[in-house]
Amino acid sequence: MLKIENLHVSYGGIEALHGISLQVNEGEMVALLGANGAGKSTTLMSIMRLPPPEAPRVTAGSITYRGVDLLPVAPHIVVAKHGIGLVPEGRRVFGNLTVFENLKLATYARKDMVQVSKDYERVFSLFPRLADRRNQRVETLSGGEQQMLATGRAFMCGARFILLDEPSMGLAPLLMQELFKVLKEINRSGTTIFVVEQNANIALKYAHRAYLMEAGYIVKEGTAKDMANKEEMKKAYLG
Amino acid sequence: MDIQSFFQNVINAFQWGSFYALIALGYTLVYGVLLLINFAHGDIFMVGAYIGFFVATFLLGTYAIHLPFHMPHLVIFVATLVITMILTAGVGVTLERVAYRPLRRKGAGRLYIVITALMAGLILENGNLALLGASRKAFPELIHDTVYKVAGVTFTNNWILVVLATLAVFLFLETIVRKTKIGMAMRAISFDRMAVPLMGIPIDTVIVFTFILGSSMAALAGVLFASAYPVLEPYMGAMIGWKAFIAAVVGGIGEIRGAFVGGFLLGFIEIFVAAVFPSTFRDLISFGILLVFLSFKPTGIFGVARAQKI
Repeated sequence: MLKIENLHVSYGGIEALHGISLQVNEGEMVALLGANGAGKSTTLMSIMRLPPPEAPRVTAGSITYRGVDLLPVAPHIVVAKHGIGLVPEGRRVFGNLTVFENLKLATYARKDMVQVSKDYERVFSLFPRLADRRNQRVETLSGGEQQMLATGRAFMCGARFILLDEPSMGLAPLLMQELFKVLKEINRSGTTIFVVEQNANIALKYAHRAYLMEAGYIVKEGTAKDMANKEEMKKAYLG
Repeated sequence: MDIQSFFQNVINAFQWGSFYALIALGYTLVYGVLLLINFAHGDIFMVGAYIGFFVATFLLGTYAIHLPFHMPHLVIFVATLVITMILTAGVGVTLERVAYRPLRRKGAGRLYIVITALMAGLILENGNLALLGASRKAFPELIHDTVYKVAGVTFTNNWILVVLATLAVFLFLETIVRKTKIGMAMRAISFDRMAVPLMGIPIDTVIVFTFILGSSMAALAGVLFASAYPVLEPYMGAMIGWKAFIAAVVGGIGEIRGAFVGGFLLGFIEIFVAAVFPSTFRDLISFGILLVFLSFKPTGIFGVARAQKI
């Protein structure tokens, strides 16, 4: 479904990805692991086609989604037409809007109003705490609640493919488990998931497959089970 | 000051403040979305007044072409307002397109965009001067002044129109920004610009919409102002634009109600200072007051310090 081949990207002349290739198939939950600065977020930003300076410039290689070349596509089209949603690092929810306004904003480009109202119900049943706080300003939410909102928001975009950037960051272990359980549930009901994580333990517990990045290269890949059993992985990334 | 002249000044201040409020809106809307101080906005007001002049004289049949039919003045007035707002919105959108968007695309710093805005304003002023010459234009009287006198306080039908229009604009904009998706997108951009396209929202559409709102409100102010003070000249937008910008900052830039309260506040201060002191002292004292106010509350009346994002 998503296919990245020999991707090189750079930030203002400094290359951050040195020719990575990876693939995510329909229905899968795939993890992208690695230390801070390995290029994981850069990979997600490249897929979303966000413009520089915040996101990198692609210098070589290709990103295709369902056979369509994503490189010339504008970011809002990636979301609205191709149905790829990003839950960005640090959540990036709109703190000056209410919970419900954040979700409603995500439906901006959607015309399928029947499905939209079903999706609201689904988000509120996956994250009942969001339903309790629907008219509350998002600034007043806890980190965990904001992460739920960011995830629900990507879902409300109508995304069939959700990318998540470090969703476990700053969450208590229990909340982390809860969040990944919900992700797994979303995945089971047909949404493909590609999750970037520093916390390899939890990602490998829920994902089907995983890639490991180091300094702008993909150095290892395999099923979650195999990856969890590799000696180097255990030493460097698993507690 | 006796009670009668006090109320007369209040009445005058509402009208004067309405003009500031309508122009301040354009500054605050664009700032809220782009963090750009659109210094050309005062000149958009001027362009609005001139476009209004040409539309009105054309419809009256007093400019170049004689129309084969006659319309009542009220119809001409309403048509002038609507057509002028549409055309001026087009000018605002063009300005964004040719001056600001290319810089934004190249990731230029805010300083360069603000300088560009200043230059764009000068180009509008001097373009007008070059095209139409230095002679002033007299805005035609479309609505005959009717003077009402209540308990010794006088006001005109023009006064009622200006104040009602300003209130209507306030309610209209608040509704748009609070209730519609594009209004939510405008608020969202001011909080986190990068996250907006991730919602499937084209940022440029929201920016164009913002310029349409700001410019058409400046055009409304331009036509109403010209109806009340019917002398047009190329630099008419410069000083009133600066003052409206100050009003927007005092109200809390980025906040719609801030633009209104700031506009009315400036109107009140100016009128009352002029009522007590010699008129040459008016701006000195008015801005002295606002300077002191800002030193106590630099974010303005409704402004909040921007939360630091992690």
